[in-house]
Amino acid sequence: MKRLINLTPPPASKLFLGLLPFALLLLLYVVASDARLAENANDKLLPAFSQMGAAIERMALEPSKRTGEYLFWQDTASSLKRLALGVLIAAAIGLALGLFTGALPLVHAGVSPLLTVVSLIPPLAILPVLFILFGLGEASKVILIAIGITPFIARDLQRRTQEIPSEQLVKAQTLGANTSQIMVRVLLPQLMPKLIDAVRLSLGAGWLFLIAAEAIAATDGLGYRIFLVRRYMSMDVILPYVAWITLLAFLFDWLLATLSRRLFPWNAQGAH
Amino acid sequence: MKKFSALLLSSLLLSSGAQAQDSFKLCWSIYVGWMPWAYGAEQGIVKKWADKYGIDIEVVQINDYIESINQYTAGEFDACTMTNMDALTIPAAGGVDSTALIVGDFSNGNDGIVLKGKEQLADIKGQNVNLVELSVSHYLLARALDSVGLSEADVQVVNTSDADLVAAYSTSDVTAVATWNPLLSEISQQPNSTVVFNSAQIPGEIIDLLVINTDTLAAHPELGKALTGAWYDIMATMSSDSEEGVAARSYMAEASGTDLAGYQAQLAATKMFYTPAAALELTNSAQLKQTMQYVAEFSFDHGLLGDGAPDASFIGVQMPAGDYGDSGNVKFRFDPTYMQMAADDQL
Repeated sequence: MKRLINLTPPPASKLFLGLLPFALLLLLYVVASDARLAENANDKLLPAFSQMGAAIERMALEPSKRTGEYLFWQDTASSLKRLALGVLIAAAIGLALGLFTGALPLVHAGVSPLLTVVSLIPPLAILPVLFILFGLGEASKVILIAIGITPFIARDLQRRTQEIPSEQLVKAQTLGANTSQIMVRVLLPQLMPKLIDAVRLSLGAGWLFLIAAEAIAATDGLGYRIFLVRRYMSMDVILPYVAWITLLAFLFDWLLATLSRRLFPWNAQGAH
Repeated sequence: MKKFSALLLSSLLLSSGAQAQDSFKLCWSIYVGWMPWAYGAEQGIVKKWADKYGIDIEVVQINDYIESINQYTAGEFDACTMTNMDALTIPAAGGVDSTALIVGDFSNGNDGIVLKGKEQLADIKGQNVNLVELSVSHYLLARALDSVGLSEADVQVVNTSDADLVAAYSTSDVTAVATWNPLLSEISQQPNSTVVFNSAQIPGEIIDLLVINTDTLAAHPELGKALTGAWYDIMATMSSDSEEGVAARSYMAEASGTDLAGYQAQLAATKMFYTPAAALELTNSAQLKQTMQYVAEFSFDHGLLGDGAPDASFIGVQMPAGDYGDSGNVKFRFDPTYMQMAADDQL
């Protein structure tokens, strides 16, 4: 039937259609950048790709004049350390909270309402409080990330635990399993792939909190650098940094998805 | 998509360069020395002078200081309030030829360095110093360290947003800050705190200006006349002891979020140039040349002049006392012409 709804692009043009918007955006940028640079060779708003390349070369391949560090890698390492710590803490606490509140009605009754309320507090709004409690150093940045995404992971895993069919729990009990055996042998394995899914979904928010924390007080980090060079409108540094953050975020998402498929193939099969 | 991209493209292109119509935009942000623009716009003084020269001037308040300079540099505004250092490092380094049309005041204690539990500037050695990096606070710190034979390598600078500086100061791991008013007075009033260095010790180096696009000014001298005329009109009212003067200062105090007493205290730490003659004295002085050299050297050391800059004198600064830096690449000018017209009553 020749209806639009039935038309699917052949594989080759599917790739082409997917790349087209990217190409158009790039072209639009190059044209606009050239136009501005033709008028003012020092224009900072839309730097040419060669200028961005030079800026990144300067920051990634040459030691800084002031500190002797390779700023780009230093920023990346600091930010990733903060993000990884924050996400790991959030995943561990989120898993424990989700498992216990999902599996044990007694814990659920006691903790769940509090968890719901806490998850509604916007973490950035309590940032000044975090500063006073944990200082301006690394701790408050990691804690902001952890506080920001733990409730999401915990509530998601709580729901996933409750979704596991009760027949499984009954069966395990008829086979003689006690509570801790059911939690460790029946529930936990099924929750692990869900945990990876939840972490994947919360990574975006994790980056947001990381950059917000670094913008406020820091001596290095990807967010720090962006907010620092904003002071003199260095788009030739900001734009590559944004692209780098996007690439890192994409890589983590892809890594976690692959990890999940490798470790829990039965889960991936069930999802199709 | 085509229409959209054409629209986007034209807006990106149009935002650059001088505008040809006789309608102009000025931006300002909250600061003791720039509040007169709020008053002038509110009271119709700016409009009165714009009408006199047959043009239209829109006065826009921007809540974020750096954003206002970026907007000016991108071509959204014809004139904007900023300090001499920011004028050199943002528009001038970005290739936007800019002119200091009005030299409004200089910081005379409005910027300072506060230590917690220590009373000597030299005690700052080895401490973390929280400040807005690459701002005039950072410049003040560099000049202060210089005065006691220290360098930036002797301290660890921690970039801290000005909005969070006061809250940060109340935590135990913040022991030294460099900042400006009204944050400075808030912080120095906390127990166990001492202002160990302030801008009164480097008078005339942190200068607050009205900066205008040089090409726009050349094409529309009437804009320069209208702005300068309006400014000294406001200054005359503001500096008077009359009821009108008190009302003007009260208005400025309220618009900057404080009361009359608080605003007067900030004014006391600011050397306002109420008359064009006073502003001309600094503008024409040889000291200004020395100041701009300090500022250019600081800016170059911190990479603020861009990667194309081989040394501090890469960007030329034109001053009545002579040029600093590369005369073939003048991007920042102190132009006394219009202030002189005001002094000669020719506006």
